[in-house]
Amino acid sequence: MPEILLKVDNLKKYFPISGGVFGKKVGDVRAVEEVSFFVNKGETLGLVGESGCGKSTTGRMLMRLIEPTAGEVVFEGNSLTNLNTTELRKVRKDMQMVFQDPFASLNPRHTVEKILEEPLIVHGMGRKKERKQKVKEMLEVVGLSSYHANRYPHQFSGGQRQRIGIARALMTRPKLIIADEPVSALDVSIQSQVLNLLKDLQKDLQLTYIFIAHDLGVVKYISDRVGVMYLGRLVEITDTEKLYENPLHPYTKALLSAVPVPDPDIQKERVLLEGDMPSPSNPPRGCAFHTRCTECMDICRTTRPQIREVEPGHFAACHLFQESEK
Amino acid sequence: MVHASAPVLDVRQLKTSFFSSGGEIPAVDKISFSINKGEILGIVGESGCGKSVTSLSIMKLIPQPPGKIVEGEILLNGEDLVTASERRMREIRGNDVAMIFQEPMTSLNPLFTIGNQMVEALSIHKKLKKSQASQQAIDMLKIVGLPRAEQIMKEYPHQLSGGMRQRVMIGMALSCHPKLLIADEPTTALDVTIQAQILSLMKDLNEQLETAIIMITHDLGVVAEICRRVLVMYAGKIVEEAPVRTIFKNPKHPYTLGLLKSIPDIRDRTERLYSIPGNVPKPGSIKTGCRFAARCEFAYDRCHHESPRLYQQEKGHRVRCFLHETEEIADA
Ligand SMILES: Nc1ncnc2c1ncn2[C@@H]1O[C@H](COP(=O)(O)OP(=O)(O)OP(=O)(O)O)[C@@H](O)[C@H]1O
Ligand SMILES: Nc1ncnc2c1ncn2[C@@H]1O[C@H](COP(=O)(O)OP(=O)(O)OP(=O)(O)O)[C@@H](O)[C@H]1O
Ligand code: SF4
Ligand SMILES: [Mg+2]
Ligand SMILES: [Mg+2]
Repeated sequence: MPEILLKVDNLKKYFPISGGVFGKKVGDVRAVEEVSFFVNKGETLGLVGESGCGKSTTGRMLMRLIEPTAGEVVFEGNSLTNLNTTELRKVRKDMQMVFQDPFASLNPRHTVEKILEEPLIVHGMGRKKERKQKVKEMLEVVGLSSYHANRYPHQFSGGQRQRIGIARALMTRPKLIIADEPVSALDVSIQSQVLNLLKDLQKDLQLTYIFIAHDLGVVKYISDRVGVMYLGRLVEITDTEKLYENPLHPYTKALLSAVPVPDPDIQKERVLLEGDMPSPSNPPRGCAFHTRCTECMDICRTTRPQIREVEPGHFAACHLFQESEK
Repeated sequence: MVHASAPVLDVRQLKTSFFSSGGEIPAVDKISFSINKGEILGIVGESGCGKSVTSLSIMKLIPQPPGKIVEGEILLNGEDLVTASERRMREIRGNDVAMIFQEPMTSLNPLFTIGNQMVEALSIHKKLKKSQASQQAIDMLKIVGLPRAEQIMKEYPHQLSGGMRQRVMIGMALSCHPKLLIADEPTTALDVTIQAQILSLMKDLNEQLETAIIMITHDLGVVAEICRRVLVMYAGKIVEEAPVRTIFKNPKHPYTLGLLKSIPDIRDRTERLYSIPGNVPKPGSIKTGCRFAARCEFAYDRCHHESPRLYQQEKGHRVRCFLHETEEIADA
């Protein structure tokens, strides 16, 4: 039986929209709506979906970098909801983030040594000499050299900077890494280096990953299970094989069929979606996807489908797969 | 292939450099290629390899200084653009050659309505009356698949989504019936479902209007999807050129091979991705030998001292690598 490391229950985030002369609240951006999932120890859960669907907001709420509007995050059996600052800091030592743009998240005026040492100082780990030693070790772990410690971020290439970002996340020896588009800004030849590194580190250090990306090929490569988001909601989640071989939700099908494959002999059967994603400040009634869905039925326009286990371990939110309807 | 007609565009030995206190940096280093009527030619390669500098050179939009077309010819229907006057270029841009960019927001004026901008372009280039131009603009918006075209004419760029803006840009670019359309990463900023819409639109328009298209991208999936022929660039040089099928089924240059092996494919699941060691070099940083030698698993002595030429393989296939050296040198 796999052990659950993190569990998310009904997570929601509404960002207020203010307007008018007095900056009064005129509405909400419903960035994340009723998202629930779990992550097993040692596995990689991929989160995919198109721009603005709420992936990053979800990732940040897991660490309470953004306060959820509602819902609960449970890490190693403990709810994070009511933790005070000190308790939260302790938990954050076990959860770290890696971001898309390593350049923006690395202080340009600090040496790599200082950047990597900082998380240790924040969490009061080790004495100065030990910390410096750890920095050197970690640089080697991510495929850089200890002599890189005295350099500044701008002296590195994009791929090397992402290695620094990963090294920084690993300094406190976390159990969970939330990686938000960690390879999206990298060239293909560099991207595969970083993906392989992440896989190796996972094995060596028994890490658990939540891997956020919009590239379905990358997510397939790295993930054990994958969740698909649309307009703030999780519409399907299951094992990687199942999701790619036998997608259930019409949105997942459309998304997968839209990916161009590097083979000119393949003429793909495309499900071309009409129109654009609706605004999250004014989401459609009923199923959030019904305005673009090729399978839309009457009920989809009025009633929101709940996410349910359609087959063992395969969850989808779609009226095509609701049991006790009508 | 013997073509009855001359190519629409014939680029010969084009070299475009940027000059700084550190000296001359050749961003595009003597590249030659051509494109025929109705053809879609892909240019692929990683960041900084010179794709955009190539397209900006064709449009003569390289900022000067620091940049300059140092050498070569760019023949558009036989007319050399390198020596053409700025006045002549203004006629050519938008008329014979049009360009669309990755982020349409930067090329649409935020202060004017879509209609305003389209009508102005048409009245300048096609010398149409306002009412005619307006009708043509509406027709074009319909052709590129925008619903409620009349309304969109009255809207401002920020009121449209990214995919809609890119459709407007394509509509504007095609409204003057250019012979050549240069699309520089037109779908990179878009979501895959929107990208699929735009690519299918470009394919349709290419078939209907026979516009030649240069498709610049770093996405090999996009190339496989719509291109007929492909150039692979590395550090300012063309390293391989071939029909699209050959690039994917029988690639020869070690860089092309590595690139193809390092993309995670959604159709199967490998345990481990191939990765090309090292980093993409800065242009001008490699002075001698093959530019790929430092990262190449097949490199031998010669690769570090001598520069490989572009060697002709079977028909239409050229490779810049000593492992595929032939008698026939294609970049003379
Ligand atoms: N601080 C904020 N204030 C208001 N709205 C926000 C804020 N952060 C995010 N949003 C909105 O919430 C929605 C979800 O955003 P989020 O960044 O989570 O999406 P994403 O899936 O990560 O997208 P991308 O793929 O573009 O990174 C979007 O509509 C976004 O505009
Ligand atoms: N205005 C400029 N001044 C100086 N150097 C420049 C300028 N524009 C481009 N370059 C250099 O020319 C080289 C080629 O750039 P180019 O923009 O053509 O790359 P690209 O292949 O389009 O890359 P990307 O995929 O990132 O768009 C780069 O190394 C770049 O730094
Ligand atoms: S010439 Fe040599 S270094 Fe260059 S690609 Fe061929 S084998 Fe590799
Ligand atoms: Mg995001
Ligand atoms: Mg470019």
